[in-house]
Amino acid sequence: MSADVTPTLDSGSTAWMLASSAMVLLMVPGLALFYGGMVRRKNVLTTMMMSFVAMAVIGVQWTLIGYALAFGTSHGGLVGWDSSLVALNGIAPSRLYADKGVPELVFVMFQGKFAIITPALISGAVAERMKFKTYVAFIALWATLIYCPLAHWVWASDGWLFKLGVLDFAGGTVVHISAGISALVLALMIGPRRDVTRGLPILPNNLVLTLTGAGLLWFGWFGFNAGSAVAVETPVAGAAAGLAFANTQAAAAAAGLAWMLLERWHHGKLTSLGLASGIVAGLVAITPAAGHVKPWAALVMGSLASLVCYVAVQAKTRFGYDDSLDAFGVHGVGGILGALLTGVFCFTPVAGVLEGSFAQLGKQALGVGVAMLFAGLGTYLIAKVLDVTVGLRTGEQEERDGLDLHVHGERGYHLESAS
Amino acid sequence: MKMIIAIIRPERLEAVEESLREVLDEGDNFRLTTDTVEGHGRQSGEVEYFRGQTLRPRRVEKLRLTVCVNDAYVEKTIAAIVKGARTQPNGAVGDGKIFVVPMEEAVRIRTGERGGQAI
Repeated sequence: MSADVTPTLDSGSTAWMLASSAMVLLMVPGLALFYGGMVRRKNVLTTMMMSFVAMAVIGVQWTLIGYALAFGTSHGGLVGWDSSLVALNGIAPSRLYADKGVPELVFVMFQGKFAIITPALISGAVAERMKFKTYVAFIALWATLIYCPLAHWVWASDGWLFKLGVLDFAGGTVVHISAGISALVLALMIGPRRDVTRGLPILPNNLVLTLTGAGLLWFGWFGFNAGSAVAVETPVAGAAAGLAFANTQAAAAAAGLAWMLLERWHHGKLTSLGLASGIVAGLVAITPAAGHVKPWAALVMGSLASLVCYVAVQAKTRFGYDDSLDAFGVHGVGGILGALLTGVFCFTPVAGVLEGSFAQLGKQALGVGVAMLFAGLGTYLIAKVLDVTVGLRTGEQEERDGLDLHVHGERGYHLESAS
Repeated sequence: MKMIIAIIRPERLEAVEESLREVLDEGDNFRLTTDTVEGHGRQSGEVEYFRGQTLRPRRVEKLRLTVCVNDAYVEKTIAAIVKGARTQPNGAVGDGKIFVVPMEEAVRIRTGERGGQAI
């Protein structure tokens, strides 16, 4: 659709964007279950709350200023801002987003769900020991100072990385690399859990929750990836959405299968957590590539993601940092791999390495480097300020007793008591 | 009167109940209380895996059963528990323990009866 034609509302695209927005939000409770099942019983609620609270905190932040910072009028390609977008006040319900035939408020909400889940991913690295109020302050600052600018750089039509041609279909760089590297920095700053230092085995309280969460994540990811066709195509619910949907399925399935086989070979057991981890690793890796590669490449990317992430999650024991639930090992490493492989396997809108062009791989590497540097450094600064002012880590007694009782005054399970 | 407390493998409960019934059931069933407990002796927990890491919990799940009997039944009860709880053929580490404790008093709540009658 050319610019001089007034766009009209496309009901198919609008319906799909409304549905995908709700699906992406469902990934947050999915993440809460995924993470919540892996911690010890005394921390199940606080771990789930770290995801749930992002829906409340970032849900407000995004409405007030987040959207304006990420998708407002560009200032030098570095950050967006329009005072009319504060609290979404200047967006009439009938106003359409760009030439997409979708109400802008629907686009705002779709993007808002990404802003919510991204900081929640970080919580996996600091589970069972970070102060809850510090975490809440951290995600509010992180979303404002790191996520919004980065989303602007990569996704806004005037963003500087977008203009350079960095491809990030649904958030490999903006979501997974930024969250993953921030998770690693935070885990290093906050130090290992007391019982990890003491060498005690830390066993999950309920892998049934984790599997349920992985299932919800997979379901929601179809909205995450196929809904992201909004950036490349009009009408939105079209070929690119279909391609992204197919790739999402293929990559997750191949990755789940690869992780299972790898684990069977490594120690002789097919674990449920392994299958769930593989699925998530595959979904992470295909995210930047979803609308740019063919389904056979999605199978390859998913399998490679499981291989590389499996090695990465073993690294934490070797190097002695405590990324409790492998937020870096899966999201950071899988995100970096996916972003780079996008430059290898892409066929639309540009050719990748397999079709003889190395230019895109270079651009992808630039995107990865910038995201790692910006998110890593930014997280360090935010966390440093919070450490000096309110402190990052709970006291030893709280950690020993569990944060559910200390922070929330509740227990996750009363199953054993008679009354 | 003695209180007999046994720590056994959970999967042996059925066999223990069967052998106890042979010696204790005199037409009105027999008295048994069980609970699930965790602990360790020489045996530690079963190996589990967490994303490629091998973990061994320090404590292993066991079943504790409590049977209170009059003195004449003590040896029979012990023998029955050993018979049901020992894994074939000669037993293995982790089969459990039996503790015998002297008991002061027993009271049947319904009638207020005391002592050996109430047990």
